[in-house]
Amino acid sequence: MSEYVLETKNLGISFGGIKAAQDVNLKIKKNEIYGLIGPNGAGKTTVFNMLTGVYKPTTGSFYLNGEELKGLSQEKINGKGIARTFQNIRLFNNMTVIRNVMVGLHNLPEFKCGIIPTIFRFPRQFRTERQMVARAEELLKIFGLYEYKNQLACNLPYGKQRKLEIARALATNPKLLLLDEPAAGMNPQETAELMDTIRFVRDNFDMTILLIEHDMNLVTGICDRVTVLNFGTALTEGKTAEALSDPEVIRAYLGDDN
Amino acid sequence: MEKLKSLFKKIKWKYAVNYVAIGAIALVLTALTMSGGIKQSDLFLLEKITMNIILAVSLSLVVGFLGELSLGHAGFMCVGAYFGGITSMLLESSGIMAGDGVLSFVISMVVGAAVAGVCGFIIGLPALRLRGDYLAIVTLAFGEIVKTIFQNVTFEIGGKTVGGPIGIRTPRFDKQYFFIIGFVLVLIAIAVIQNLIRSKHGRAITAIRDNEIAAKATGINVTKYKLCGFIVSAVFAGIAGVMYSFANSNVTASVFDYNKSIEILVMVVLGGMGNISGAIISATFITFLDVRLQSVLTGDLAVLNDMIYALVLILVVIYNNAPALRPFREKYNARKLLSRFFGFFRNKHGYADDEGKWDRVPTKIDMDELLSVDVIVNESVQKPDKEEKK
Amino acid sequence: MDFLITLVNGLSLGGIYAMIALGYTMVYGIAKMLNFAHGDIIMVGGYAILVFLSVNPILAIVFSVLFCIGLGIAVEKAAYKPLRGASPLAVLITAIGVSYFLQSLAQIIFGASPKYVIIADLGSLVIGEVSISYGTIITLACSIVIMIALTLFVKLTKTGRAMIAVSEDKDAARLMGVNIDHIIMITFAIGSALASLAGLFSLLRVPTIMPTYGALPGIKAFTAAVIGGIGSIPGAMLGGILLGVVECVCNSIPTVAPYTMAIEFAILIVILLVKPTGILGKKRREKV
Repeated sequence: MSEYVLETKNLGISFGGIKAAQDVNLKIKKNEIYGLIGPNGAGKTTVFNMLTGVYKPTTGSFYLNGEELKGLSQEKINGKGIARTFQNIRLFNNMTVIRNVMVGLHNLPEFKCGIIPTIFRFPRQFRTERQMVARAEELLKIFGLYEYKNQLACNLPYGKQRKLEIARALATNPKLLLLDEPAAGMNPQETAELMDTIRFVRDNFDMTILLIEHDMNLVTGICDRVTVLNFGTALTEGKTAEALSDPEVIRAYLGDDN
Repeated sequence: MEKLKSLFKKIKWKYAVNYVAIGAIALVLTALTMSGGIKQSDLFLLEKITMNIILAVSLSLVVGFLGELSLGHAGFMCVGAYFGGITSMLLESSGIMAGDGVLSFVISMVVGAAVAGVCGFIIGLPALRLRGDYLAIVTLAFGEIVKTIFQNVTFEIGGKTVGGPIGIRTPRFDKQYFFIIGFVLVLIAIAVIQNLIRSKHGRAITAIRDNEIAAKATGINVTKYKLCGFIVSAVFAGIAGVMYSFANSNVTASVFDYNKSIEILVMVVLGGMGNISGAIISATFITFLDVRLQSVLTGDLAVLNDMIYALVLILVVIYNNAPALRPFREKYNARKLLSRFFGFFRNKHGYADDEGKWDRVPTKIDMDELLSVDVIVNESVQKPDKEEKK
Repeated sequence: MDFLITLVNGLSLGGIYAMIALGYTMVYGIAKMLNFAHGDIIMVGGYAILVFLSVNPILAIVFSVLFCIGLGIAVEKAAYKPLRGASPLAVLITAIGVSYFLQSLAQIIFGASPKYVIIADLGSLVIGEVSISYGTIITLACSIVIMIALTLFVKLTKTGRAMIAVSEDKDAARLMGVNIDHIIMITFAIGSALASLAGLFSLLRVPTIMPTYGALPGIKAFTAAVIGGIGSIPGAMLGGILLGVVECVCNSIPTVAPYTMAIEFAILIVILLVKPTGILGKKRREKV
């Protein structure tokens, strides 16, 4: 067992020779909220895409609790314990809120039920279905979405959609949660609420969280440590306040001030 | 008694309505046949209706729930018809059993369905790589390839050469009650597909339809479920094909061209995407109308049949989809009108379900391909580079 | 030498397919729809020639082109325009409906039986022992000229560039002052004109016409457009010519001839599996 939940070693990827990310070394401890920040186009989402198997890294590798996950498919990586949300919300829009969460529960071993038992309606099918509904309702209650459970996901207000996405990711029972710009498009009050939610998730689900964010209030508010990316490489990493006061970082965000 | 009552209450009537209605209709028709109240031509119509219901329901799984446009459904039917027909001919010529009996039908059905299922698997493979229009044309191509091959290949059965352009002569199942077998198969098809959809696996399938990227990230095995959808759909199309070969004494491949595929697609679409009951109703209605109009409009008027069909199709689609007609549509829709009369159509929660909403169900046809006048040479930008050697 | 003739025949047939495929591709690129009724425009074009053929062949051809342009625009306005912004599947089904409608209308007016349309007896070019019909040569020459003209039109004229803009980003083009409806109308007009010419050239090859005349070339041209990469103008040309040559070569070998169609579609499937967007198609990954 490694001391880090997520460890990346020289993780990098290039597209047509252009290096979108290079030598990214993250070391995230258990129950940490870790920020991945940087200006637009710095390669933050690319790192997420590598960690979730959308892209296969060109160089380096990454490990979840010491187990190498590089090269696995997206669904396998999810099964190993990395779940994510998306920058532009991706819900199952034509399904109800509760069904969205139930899709997240799909692969949990306690809800195993093959295709044949479901087609022939074995008692097991009804039992797992009942249990899945109960678990999903539990999750929805935690996120304050219970009253919306029978609405179509696309009809939810924006902030609730973000929450639902987190709930769906948590339903897959991950060890590491990746949040891609969770506060994008939120007003200050919604952001404050979101910060509470993220802390709540860490404390109550025993979760480790890696997040991308531009909202510095949120980053300074909840992140224990951050890594700052620029042009695909890590500028600095460390405790949030220290890293953000690094002159290199300020230059990256505000440009050279000669 | 109390227990029975609670059980009765537990049944979701909205979903049971299909079985109850079809079972009742089948019983009434059986009674009528026994008493000799149905003409031979009507029996033919009934056989055709049961076949088309199975085809529409099975295609609905792929188009409405998996969200992949398939234009080759008749290809699976063709495979089923030929392999089923040949099996029954082999059974008869080898003297094992009469080719037109129930047992022969069951054996042929298993063979036809299995081969069609294999074809479904083969067509499911490109579906993993291709989407939308591209998949549509591949399924269309598959149907045409199957048709062309069966049009030209000949077989040797019992010393006689069969196949080729004239097709095969199958032992026709000329008992009156063939349509009852048809109804039983309809019930089986609906049960299997509806149970599949209303389970965790069905949820996974609809999740892929709604957002494939999110489904993958949520741990859904897209490969497995896409293949599963295509195989189940193809198996039932194959069964419908076997029924065709037993209902008609002659099977020619030219029947199963892409027009037949489109006819099935139209039934699914008019029934409301992702709505099994709708597919059943529209398959019944369209087949009935088609056969009746054919017998009423004869000679020069026969072509009016196609014209009416085309006009109705265009008008229904425009009425159901035109953005400008939305307020009108919300005021007068079939679901609302029906719910006024039948309780089980009413939505207790007052939420919008995802069934029967045309504009809500995306087929992935709307990819953002562009009109280009330049030849694209450098494609590497979209793909990550190969892993570097250490 | 035989092979050379087959090749010339194939190129000429390919030119016809390319002309139809261009209609598919342009409509797809700009209106983002599969116009399944496009093949039937060929049939209408053929019948339109038949109407005035006894008066004057040239007049008949001009009438046919103009009539098809009018028909293309009318169909767009009546059937497709109300559905702009609706689900693409709905538009596809409507197009299928339009296709059935045109076929049955032609059957009501002209009857189901095939009609002979001999536009002109052009004769054949004889070189030594072999002969190639002038119709084939004219078709080949015209299709090359048309393709060059179309490419130049799209690249150089203001309207052409507006078409590219609409296909790239409809909303942005609208904000830049491009009249979308106008551009879509022009696209349908060009597509229909090409289809009517394709009808004319196919009649030079085989001078019979019936209501389902356009269905098969329509499907083949659609296949050609997809092989080349739907949405790509050079792709449609390449796909059309490739398909035409393959068809003529296959048809020239007696044992293979019955399976020509299966071979053509098999080529399509193989190409799509190797290159999922066709030979020259643009590939756009969905941003995650």
